[in-house]
Amino acid sequence: MSEERNQGAAETQELREAARSLAGTGKPMLEAEHVQLYFPVKKGILVDRTIGHVHAVDDCSIALREGETLGIVGESGCGKSTFARCMVRLLEPTAGVIRFRGTDITHLGRRKLEPIHREAQLVFQDPVSSLNPRKRVGQIVGTPMKLHGVKGQNGVEDRVRELLGRVGLNPEHINRFPHEFSGGQRQRIGVARALAVDPRLIVLDEPVSALDVSIQAQVINLLDDLQDDFGLSYVFIAHDLSVVRHVSDRIGVMYLGKIVELSPAKELYTKPIHPYTQALLGAIPIPDPEENRARERVVVGGEPPNPVDPPTGCRFHTRCPHATDICKQVEPPLAEYPGGHLAACHHPQNVTEEEVTNAGRSPLSPLVAGGLLPNGKEVPVPQADTNGAGGGLAARLKRIAPG
Amino acid sequence: MAERLLEVEDLQVSFATEDGVVRAVDGVTFTLDRGEVLAIVGESGSGKSVTSMTLMGLTRGPNARFAGSAKLKGKELLTASEEDLQHIRGAEIAMIFQDPISSLSPVHRIGDQIVEQIRAHDKKVSKGEAFDHAVELMERVGIPHARARARAFPHEFSGGMRQRAMIAMALSLSPSVLIADEPTTALDVTIQAQILAEVKTLKEHSDSGIIFVTHDLGVVADIADRVIVMYAGRVVEQGTLDEIFYDPQHPYTWGLLGSVTRMDRDPPKRLPSIPGLPPSLIRAPRGCHFRPRCPHEFERCAEVPPLEARVAEAPDHLDRCWLEVEDKRTRREIEGRIGLVRDAA
Repeated sequence: MSEERNQGAAETQELREAARSLAGTGKPMLEAEHVQLYFPVKKGILVDRTIGHVHAVDDCSIALREGETLGIVGESGCGKSTFARCMVRLLEPTAGVIRFRGTDITHLGRRKLEPIHREAQLVFQDPVSSLNPRKRVGQIVGTPMKLHGVKGQNGVEDRVRELLGRVGLNPEHINRFPHEFSGGQRQRIGVARALAVDPRLIVLDEPVSALDVSIQAQVINLLDDLQDDFGLSYVFIAHDLSVVRHVSDRIGVMYLGKIVELSPAKELYTKPIHPYTQALLGAIPIPDPEENRARERVVVGGEPPNPVDPPTGCRFHTRCPHATDICKQVEPPLAEYPGGHLAACHHPQNVTEEEVTNAGRSPLSPLVAGGLLPNGKEVPVPQADTNGAGGGLAARLKRIAPG
Repeated sequence: MAERLLEVEDLQVSFATEDGVVRAVDGVTFTLDRGEVLAIVGESGSGKSVTSMTLMGLTRGPNARFAGSAKLKGKELLTASEEDLQHIRGAEIAMIFQDPISSLSPVHRIGDQIVEQIRAHDKKVSKGEAFDHAVELMERVGIPHARARARAFPHEFSGGMRQRAMIAMALSLSPSVLIADEPTTALDVTIQAQILAEVKTLKEHSDSGIIFVTHDLGVVADIADRVIVMYAGRVVEQGTLDEIFYDPQHPYTWGLLGSVTRMDRDPPKRLPSIPGLPPSLIRAPRGCHFRPRCPHEFERCAEVPPLEARVAEAPDHLDRCWLEVEDKRTRREIEGRIGLVRDAA
């Protein structure tokens, strides 16, 4: 019987792979162009004066296709969660454009966001604080349905039971409170709540970080199944690169508010181009003693700088073992290497000379980054039209952070 | 032969609660020698933290019951007086906790907190001398500008720096046993790598024995000499690092090794996972605690399997599973878990 099941799994896998290769040409689900979010830092007793800005997300662009899973990794404070919250407009970016299935949602008001939020849901890291302790599971999962006017065929309660069963919980437990469940089960409730309104996109903010390994595997498998069954797109945020490798089609690496590398999932691990990605990969111990011993590991010193006053040029230069003068002065654009692999670095690693020579400037590059490619060529930076993201951003950037 | 520091024999810790007796630790046996790193692995609720805290006398209370024995250099810890424990804590056994912000006092300067610890154990040391020593320790664990930073408060330190300060404090009295309870779990990976490198230097340059409590098998592979795997209060398997990773004997260990995602391999088509949940420690299943989740369960599992050596060629490799070794090896291969097979090269 198990053989049959295995075969079944293999077929699903094939289908999934086919679907993933199609995803390359799939319609865009979400586009973020030059998104920037600065949080003001205030000081003062009677009058609040703004004394600076936290550069949480600084000119990040990304496109997510239908059915695709985009992983975003980075250390705490790199802006990955903030960026993801901008994507589904839980936060309003200070500049840039966000388009959800072709509609500009950057500055929509609460009312107009409602239908968007029905299609784009979130699952949070901490299943304890993201579930109301005084509500029963039935209410927790059912409320979003009522708010968005989703009615199951046989009423809300039936649909809630169905969902609980779907995420591997006992439908009989509909009247229990969150504290009666274990961590992994609570995370399943969070997933059921997100699914309740038939979303197309789910942003998963560190969904398994708080769980034990054996439970992590269960939840990841569940998310995998749900994606196949409902044709969902995922944005998967994590600091754990091994988990991200398992779920993602493409992965973006963030450091101090910037996307430093964006690559098809596998290639990020076999061919990391940005020294920061290399540092991240090198920092993770492999659960295999021999390979761990055989591996040469570079431990990067120092800590991420303060995002209120980020370093000039490449933001990683203060910790980078390859940094030179140019890195301190000029911010590198995202250069495009073969296979849709982007990296923002003046001294790219793991690439051939030919690849460097042929690298072009990616349109996803930050506008403030110059046109200086790692091959020494200076390409003109396209002047964005004033109606769209670009012009607005450039102007705003000047206003917020002069010089 | 290195000096034996700790000898724990059939340790049992239970707590009386309103709902019943929680058997948090139920038969833990191990030893720790000078200069070695012993990793205790397990998921939340497996009893790994209770075990290590019991050694420090931190689980004592009106509702706690202890049985078995835990000897530090021949001296019984379970029955030691509170006064004796005060001399042992810090000086003989020191502990590094997971969360440095809640284990440091927020209203005292870092340096002063280390000074206090030093002087609590030896009044003859002057404040100035103790402070110099504190600065020296902070330098040793890689805190830059230690003299100035010693005057800072914990909130002025980053997470990684706080953990370094905790390590400096733990080292201040050159303890023979250092217990690190998930010291890197709250840290970012690049900072974790720095702290792990620090612990490795410590292992080389001091002759303490280190107990490293963690749930992260990657960290274990990086740092441990020997490994204890705990499940629902019991040690289910213990052995050297290589024995645990390449010839694991207990199905729970297989499950653990199998469900780890690896970034250095192509992801498997489907992540193997252990079905179900760990049992409640109030009403644990009869016999083997892993029985309800174990795919290899058979009649004999209703009896508690003793922790004993079953692999003929490895007398120190102990496990708690009734299956025959050869049978286990075949079953393990059929399951095809990742991480268990040594590369041919």
